[in-house]
Amino acid sequence: MQIYLPIAEVSVNAFLILGLGGLVGILSGMFGVGGGFLITPLLFFVGIPPAVAVATSTNQIVASSFSALLAHLKRKTVDIKMGVVLLAGGLVGAGVGVQVFAALARMGQVDLLVQLCYVVFLGTIGALMLIESLRALRRARAAGGVLPASRKQRTWIDALPFKMRFRTSGLYISVIPPVMVGLFVGLLAAIMGVGGGFIMVPAMIYLLGMPTKVVIGTSLFQIIFVTGFATLMHATTNYSVDLVLAMLLLVGGVVGAQVGTQIGVKMKAEQLRILLALMVLAVCGQLALGLLLMPQELYSLADMRAAP
Amino acid sequence: MTGRLFAMLIAAVMIAAPGRGEQVVAGLSQEAISITTNFDGSEILIYGAVRREAPPPGIDPMEVIVTVQGPIRPVTVRRKDRRFGIWVNTDASQIDAAPTFYAVQTTVPMARALTQTEDLRHRVSIPMAIRAVGTGLLDQGSFTEALIRIHSADGAYQLNEGAVRFREQTLFDTSVRLPANLTEGDYTARIFLTRGGAVVDVFEQTIPVRKVGLERLIYALAHDRPLVYGIVSLAIAIFAGWLASAVFRYIRS
Repeated sequence: MQIYLPIAEVSVNAFLILGLGGLVGILSGMFGVGGGFLITPLLFFVGIPPAVAVATSTNQIVASSFSALLAHLKRKTVDIKMGVVLLAGGLVGAGVGVQVFAALARMGQVDLLVQLCYVVFLGTIGALMLIESLRALRRARAAGGVLPASRKQRTWIDALPFKMRFRTSGLYISVIPPVMVGLFVGLLAAIMGVGGGFIMVPAMIYLLGMPTKVVIGTSLFQIIFVTGFATLMHATTNYSVDLVLAMLLLVGGVVGAQVGTQIGVKMKAEQLRILLALMVLAVCGQLALGLLLMPQELYSLADMRAAP
Repeated sequence: MTGRLFAMLIAAVMIAAPGRGEQVVAGLSQEAISITTNFDGSEILIYGAVRREAPPPGIDPMEVIVTVQGPIRPVTVRRKDRRFGIWVNTDASQIDAAPTFYAVQTTVPMARALTQTEDLRHRVSIPMAIRAVGTGLLDQGSFTEALIRIHSADGAYQLNEGAVRFREQTLFDTSVRLPANLTEGDYTARIFLTRGGAVVDVFEQTIPVRKVGLERLIYALAHDRPLVYGIVSLAIAIFAGWLASAVFRYIRS
């Protein structure tokens, strides 16, 4: 069934878009990532103009993340206090990021920067996560299936002031690291046009030492606000949010998110992390190839809608 | 239906008003195109006849060229080059005016139907439809070629030689396929009658292409009230998220 998208001005197969939304929704529910780093390239591939793809996927992320968040709230796996602290940094970061993005767009190299950002961050995070979770899995096997409770070592993070108690996470740490994490993720999210969950999740696990089960819900909580903010920015400055495309994506997405949450509950945290790491690396490899191999068509057309 | 159309046209030709030697009388199967939610491209049938006062002059046969042109927009073409081992956009060229859609349909190959001079004057062929002012780059031509190559590949630019049926040097018809990703605006259909490569007569008609119904509503809201539109989008997203969650909870309990 073909549907004409009013803002994107292209006709697409409705079931294909529903499927894409569903796939990304499942990932969103399983891993607590918004899925923007997957859906945006996928939409390019189906022929949606890049500006519309970026803006509309932020809206879709709001929907699937909200659906997944409700499931997590019910299971009490959301540290709202931590989420608010992260969000405070996140909004400031996103605001700065939008300005950086605009400055780069004027210089004409924004595509390259976005791609490099993807390759560098996805590559680093994917590799780190994979190594760490494989090691954890091996350790768990060696110990007869029981993960040894490792005592957290005291680091420089514990020496920072403004300590706060995060009951859900079982942490008593300074607010400075979470605010910085939020700020950094917000900045990258605005530049890369994604929710930032794939950076947020590992940052919370490895930097803040939060338990994996709480991390996903908390990440979703923060993502909703950052992407919601981004949707509004895109709608008012670029007029590039396509409501029809968003509807199709989110119908698939919200259903997928529920399914994903169920799958996520049944899986071990280490397995989840290995899967997420592999997926992040796959996307990174694909983008790296695009930069390294000689493209079939050396020329490209800039989006015509940019013209007044 | 086409048969009756032709009968009517012949009647029109018979009643022939006084005028120049040979004139084109033409019609379009659609006066306007509406883009609806299930719009999946469209086809326009362009038909007509040649009205003559006297027997056809000369020995050269008459040929027909039909063009359909979409709204004209500026476009930036970028070229990649290898820098530090990766492929990066290095050069860019601004093409001042390129149609978003352009189809040329002819009775015989372009070279036989139209001379270079006439093509220059009437801007008929695809390269003539694009206007690029020099940007200081030595190989401006390769950017224009790339634009044509990319648009020919995605069906936005079409050259269909021999796609116009021309019967008895009088009646002609052709159908132009419009792709699904049409840009809104005024499209222009032109019909050229040529003899010996020279244009004898031209017919021109505008085909408005407009979004209608829900498509129009959404487009207008997004552009006239962007903040409201953004908030509506968010509200729908959050509602859909809640609804899915509620439905799943209901199913499970």
